[in-house]
Amino acid sequence: MRREGSPWEGLGTVYVKELTDHLSSIRMLVLELLILIVSIVLVVLAIKNIRDTTAEDPFVLLKLFTSGPSGISLIFILGILVPVLAIALGFDTVNGEHNRRTMSRILSQPIYRDALLGGKFLAALTTLGFGLLCLWLLVIGFGIMFLGIPPSAEEITRSIAFLAITLCYAGTWLALAILLSIVFRSAATAVLIGLGAWLFLTFLWPFLAAVFANVVSPPELRFAQLGVPTPATYAWAEMLSRISPNQLFSEAATALLSPEVRAAGLDPVSQYIKLQGAVPGAPLPLSESLAVAWPLGVALIAGVILLFVLGYIVFQRQEVRA
Amino acid sequence: MSAPLITARGLTKRYGAATVVDGIDFDVAKGEIFGLLGPNGAGKTTTILMMLGLTEVSDGTIRVLDHDPVREPLAVKRRVGYLPDQVGFYDNLTAIDNLTYTARLMGIAAAERDRRIDEALASVRLSDVGNRRVSTFSRGMRQRLGLAEIVMKRAEIAILDEPTSGLDPQATIEFIEMIHALKHAGVSVLLSSHMLDQVQRICDRVALFQSGRIVLMGPVKDLARQVLGAGFVVEVEADAASDLDARFGAIPGVSSVERVGVDRYRLTADRDVRSEAARAVVAANGALRRLSVDDPSLEAIYTRFFSQQTSHDGGQRDAA
Repeated sequence: MRREGSPWEGLGTVYVKELTDHLSSIRMLVLELLILIVSIVLVVLAIKNIRDTTAEDPFVLLKLFTSGPSGISLIFILGILVPVLAIALGFDTVNGEHNRRTMSRILSQPIYRDALLGGKFLAALTTLGFGLLCLWLLVIGFGIMFLGIPPSAEEITRSIAFLAITLCYAGTWLALAILLSIVFRSAATAVLIGLGAWLFLTFLWPFLAAVFANVVSPPELRFAQLGVPTPATYAWAEMLSRISPNQLFSEAATALLSPEVRAAGLDPVSQYIKLQGAVPGAPLPLSESLAVAWPLGVALIAGVILLFVLGYIVFQRQEVRA
Repeated sequence: MSAPLITARGLTKRYGAATVVDGIDFDVAKGEIFGLLGPNGAGKTTTILMMLGLTEVSDGTIRVLDHDPVREPLAVKRRVGYLPDQVGFYDNLTAIDNLTYTARLMGIAAAERDRRIDEALASVRLSDVGNRRVSTFSRGMRQRLGLAEIVMKRAEIAILDEPTSGLDPQATIEFIEMIHALKHAGVSVLLSSHMLDQVQRICDRVALFQSGRIVLMGPVKDLARQVLGAGFVVEVEADAASDLDARFGAIPGVSSVERVGVDRYRLTADRDVRSEAARAVVAANGALRRLSVDDPSLEAIYTRFFSQQTSHDGGQRDAA
């Protein structure tokens, strides 16, 4: 059975309306301010750090993203804040329409549900994109101002790739938030479950992944005697930890922004095993860094698609009436 | 009469084991006001949603403007306007912005949009508050804005779900006038309600719902005859030397005469017998003081019908 008409009809209208709503909403303003303040503080600290410690580095501008006091870098903070931003934008996407009683009125217009959901998703993603782009420009601008070095083409390319990865990361959380807004009629329930998932995946899962890996593949004594982790156990821990989008994001971001990183997975042993014969400390060419980050980015995009499709299916089958 | 705009045959909706709409048949003709009425939960809203393709049909067929709402929802929704039960708008936007958004979704050309919005707002008397946020609107104004959306769409069929529930009497009267105006503009109106007297006032035909089935359908007057046994109740107040009972009883069409007070009579008839009653009073040399006719009340039909149902008393009785 084929339905008549285009699913894209009305998509642009929904997109423009939702984008206007997002950009003019107080919620967005507060969140942008939060990210802005945190980022400025971190960049200033990073600049101080770089001035104190770095003698010469071809990628000094990228250090703005990766260095900071006691490991709290911009990447780290974005890894934590971007999900909050995405959840805050998405948690009432669909249930908000139900609660305002606008859903049946809008759906009685000549559009498919596809247009409504797609338009809302793209508008929220664009809003996040705007925010991240501003942040990126700000950081680069600060770097040029305070470090006094013009950025190289490679630095710009790497940081743009990082921007793209961040957007994929934001998209994953946005798709999750929209899925929750479809499944739960109460916006409060959706936001609580979204934040619960964020807490779990960001802060608890890294520890749990290690615990599960020890259960699945117990460490061997010979490696313990050498004082190194068992490779099999480590591989399991790495795979499991990558269930969390946060892990995927920080690995990919590190690979892109720290050219000396040679493989996904930051454990020294596996790096050594994977990259025997490499000159230690020498920066990797851009193409190789991209190759390292690519599978992680693909995993994030797959997450976006999977969650969005799941939400799409539930939404198509949902009753219009509360 | 031309071909019906809406045709339902054996229309059924099931949610799991529960059958919400159970094999209903009806037609809505061009230019008429058709009322779906019945208690809450009788299946009225579900029927409406099936007409718009907003919920799937479990069994049977429905055709709206010669389209299948399930397979061609856009073709149906382009020509049918829908005012949902307790319609909502984006509170942070103005009335005009809200209408502009739906006008874009309808695909109305930009050049024509503003003019159609102005016209629509004027037709529901909201022109002077068009630039106010909808959050400041009363319930009645929101309902009217919903109607403006239908006017703006130039819909051929307007489907109104409980349009007057929760409105104060004044707002209700105004709203009913606007529904009439829609009819005069050539729009067919299908409305659902559980408020019987309003439905009676405006509907050309009604369908009475009870637990998912249509138990009665037709013009209100026909239903009255069918259920109450007679269509008209005429009250006469007159004094006369001679006894008027017999004279009234002799008028053709009168089925019963009841004395309800001193010099007051209640006549039940299958047609309007006021002129004959007046003549009878004059013929008896009486003084006619009052003559009135009660329209058959839908409420009476409804109550009587369901009491007949429960007592399994199929026989028709005289009007109360």
